[in-house]
Amino acid sequence: MSDLLTEDILAHIGKQSAPRTEIVTRRDIRKYAVATNNRQKKYLDGDVAPPLFHLHLFWDVVPLGELSPDGVSIDTLLPKFPLEKAMAGGLDITYHRPITPGDWLTATRTLTDIYEKSGRSGPLIFYEVLMEVCDNAGERVVSEKTTRILR
Amino acid sequence: MKPLPSIGMTIPERQHDCDGVQQMLYNASLWNGHRIHFDMPYATEVEGYPGLVVAGPLIGDWLHQVVDEWLKDAGMITGIEYSNRVAAFVGETVTAGGTITAYDAETGSLTLDVFVKNDRDEVLAPGVITARLDR
Repeated sequence: MSDLLTEDILAHIGKQSAPRTEIVTRRDIRKYAVATNNRQKKYLDGDVAPPLFHLHLFWDVVPLGELSPDGVSIDTLLPKFPLEKAMAGGLDITYHRPITPGDWLTATRTLTDIYEKSGRSGPLIFYEVLMEVCDNAGERVVSEKTTRILR
Repeated sequence: MKPLPSIGMTIPERQHDCDGVQQMLYNASLWNGHRIHFDMPYATEVEGYPGLVVAGPLIGDWLHQVVDEWLKDAGMITGIEYSNRVAAFVGETVTAGGTITAYDAETGSLTLDVFVKNDRDEVLAPGVITARLDR
């Protein structure tokens, strides 16, 4: 039985964000490739997106007034946790096919798990968010599982 | 691809200078307004960092790039597992690299242990990348 995680918090497991659809443009790929100091022509020309480009495509765009004072967009998928200091998290990504200009992609995020573990300096809360990126035909393009740790 | 992959083989390393202009362009490209990446008084005085923090996913991108540059058009990255363990700061030079840990010549599937480390040999982000060579 968990000490920190109330039934109210655990009830958020399974919560899903509204799907978001974005179009991939050559200009966006070029900007991402330049900003990451990529050296491959196919990416710098925007012919195909480098891996991890989906982060750029689906980073939350929210009004200034909805950013926290440190400039971060608040993830509305998450409940209010009793621990708030974020520690290193991890990513587990599967790339099903490359992304190219003109692709209309839809991302759906699901809060798939919340659990507690005891760390050396006290309790830790873990949560996992799965983001599935699909194309217009409904085929998966990228699957990304993020695990974050709070202390 | 030359030389052909073999288990234990290291791929060419790549250095990245965590320069301020690049950090700005990268965070702007994501639409990431987190002050620790561009607001020096906030990063140092409020959050207590020694400088501007390099965006974690940019280090993740460099893990991909070091493998992707080696693969060129011979195949594609099919997956990655990684975590950001230690922060990097604007002004540092970091090094990305990797070692092949599994290779199946029949299917073309490859696994590499990858890293980004700083100049004190601290691993900032360890990871495992899987890739598939075109047959």
